[in-house]
Amino acid sequence: MFDLVTFIPRAVMQGIPLLFGSTGETLTEKSGNLNLGIPGIMYVGGICGVIGAFLYEQAVPAGEMNGFLAILFPMLGCLAGSALMGLLYCFLTVTLRANQNVTGLAMTTFGVGFGNFFGGSLIKLTGADVPSIALSATSSYFRTTLPFAKTTGAVGQLLFSYGFLAYLAIALALLSSYVLGHTRVGLHLRAVGENPATADAAGINIARYKYAATIIGSMIAGLGGLYYVMDYANGVWSNNGFGDRGWLAIALVIFTIWRPNVGILSSILFGGLYILYLFLPSSNLAMKELYKMLPYVVTIIVLVMTSMRNKREDQPPESLGLSYFREER
Amino acid sequence: MKQKLFHLSKRKELPWYAAWAIRGAAILLALVVCGFVTTAMTGENPIAIYKTMWTGAFGTSRRIWNTLQNLALLLCVSLAVTPAFRMKFWNIGAEGQVLVGGLATAACMILLGDKLPNWILIPVMIVCALLAGAIWGGIPAFFKAKWNTNETLFTLMMNYVATQLVAYFVIVWEVPKGSGKIGIINQSTQSGWLPVIGGQKYMLTVLVVAILTGVLYIYLNWSKQGYEISVVGESVRTARYVGIKVDRVIIRTMLLSGALCGLAGLLLVGGSDHTITTTTAGGRGFTAVMVSWMAKFNPLGMIFTSLLLVFLGRGSGEISSKFQLNDSFGDILTGIILFFIIGCEFFISYKLTLSRGAGKEDKKNV
Repeated sequence: MFDLVTFIPRAVMQGIPLLFGSTGETLTEKSGNLNLGIPGIMYVGGICGVIGAFLYEQAVPAGEMNGFLAILFPMLGCLAGSALMGLLYCFLTVTLRANQNVTGLAMTTFGVGFGNFFGGSLIKLTGADVPSIALSATSSYFRTTLPFAKTTGAVGQLLFSYGFLAYLAIALALLSSYVLGHTRVGLHLRAVGENPATADAAGINIARYKYAATIIGSMIAGLGGLYYVMDYANGVWSNNGFGDRGWLAIALVIFTIWRPNVGILSSILFGGLYILYLFLPSSNLAMKELYKMLPYVVTIIVLVMTSMRNKREDQPPESLGLSYFREER
Repeated sequence: MKQKLFHLSKRKELPWYAAWAIRGAAILLALVVCGFVTTAMTGENPIAIYKTMWTGAFGTSRRIWNTLQNLALLLCVSLAVTPAFRMKFWNIGAEGQVLVGGLATAACMILLGDKLPNWILIPVMIVCALLAGAIWGGIPAFFKAKWNTNETLFTLMMNYVATQLVAYFVIVWEVPKGSGKIGIINQSTQSGWLPVIGGQKYMLTVLVVAILTGVLYIYLNWSKQGYEISVVGESVRTARYVGIKVDRVIIRTMLLSGALCGLAGLLLVGGSDHTITTTTAGGRGFTAVMVSWMAKFNPLGMIFTSLLLVFLGRGSGEISSKFQLNDSFGDILTGIILFFIIGCEFFISYKLTLSRGAGKEDKKNV
């Protein structure tokens, strides 16, 4: 018997990092920047959060931790780290007009290396007296659920059993959708991504929009890394533990055809596909590896279908991946 | 509106030595920054650190061969992605194309290893590996040519499909059962192992890639097909106008790209590893994108850019083991150097001039 009540919460917890990542990447891509550095940025977000939490836990005795500060420091670390990565990406691709693919891949190399390096060496570098990075105290604050989650049975488990970052992810996705679709800022942003020359002629500051969208997008994506470490992994950093979720988040952007609100349910679907193999009765280990292929295959199908149908509103932003230089029109 | 401090303009073609001087300066500057970062982490002086890196990459003859082998493989993948890049087809699926090439090789070795003699088996392996890579690269190209499907995203997804395919077959073929890995294939019979030339295990790989570099250089610069690739890369409309069948060029070039990636898989599995895992390609598919781009898609230049990245990788591996740092340290250094090189291209293609005042001379600040 397929146990939906345990399956869905686990699918959601798998989906939330993807949702953060894809919301961030959607905003970025809407400005015409194809940021392939997102996997690296999510690592950086995660590890900067860990560094913040680690320093706080080391500085304060376990009993005297302040819940507010215990959440504030990792959040600040995470947002600052991923914002810097976004800034670097923009500086290289917008100001210096570098190739976006190359820059993104370099950022991923750097970011994953950065995460794994500090994850592996943080203890040695700070000279702390602990065997491994296990931030269970901080993690418990991140995992605090609404008080009635445990008393309302299946409903509570399905809807209320997550840490606050999960709800933040959903709120951010809805907010992004609203901003993109229903505000002037969103309209300008989409114009920049579709045709920067036209937007420029209309008096929109291209560089400012690209910078803002990419940096905000990076910060949102970075939160995905933070959620993964602090909530999903109980505050334990393991090298390469985050895996290829960053690329899956980029896949999700395509799957949702650049709509963050669609991302909410899609991310849960992706999360479900990602862990489906754990819940299937099949004892054949090899088949389970094929199930893990599903999210990518589904994404390819969506990508191909949208390009075949060629509906204008389902296409990637027209200038995606291209740098803009006014004098080159 | 506020007057901008700098005025930007596109440069006319810089003489090659000036361009390389800027790149050299950027690399030098990056090495200085890397030195500072390393010093901050280890407390050693930067000169000693670069010495350690040098011994790590070239210290002993075994290390030199290891470096050469890594260089050859990275160069092979970089060469493979280059034809596609020249026509602005952003193939970032080399990782997957290498993997399926390796998978096809491993399949031949495992399934046919005790049925065919080596002189038939190895040609079969070569054909299968090239074909597998070509198919993997051809699928996105087909959709790009027919329906203009975004190739960057498509090839990216194909990587993970390939990874899971390998994971599936690793479990199907695992030895012993339940270990989750294949182990060395045909350890006792060595059937399907590519021949060892001159007593050096890696000689064959190095030779094959050296020949490939020359051939590809000629193909891209002096052949009709290479010319068609360049025209499609410059402007699809021009290509159509002069009667080049763009979709055929796209598919043909990606079949070639994929097949060469398959060759890299063959060299990896048949030539050196004699086994396959999901990490056989080892990120080379992504690194190759940067190698190829840094060399301006010039096969000869790629020898140097891949040497730089391989040196950094192996050298920082030595640093991490000597100072007991995590071995991801190399990725950080690689990242920093890449950022500098990526950034410096700007100063090669554009000219910065101060808008006001007497400062008419070129500003060169990286």
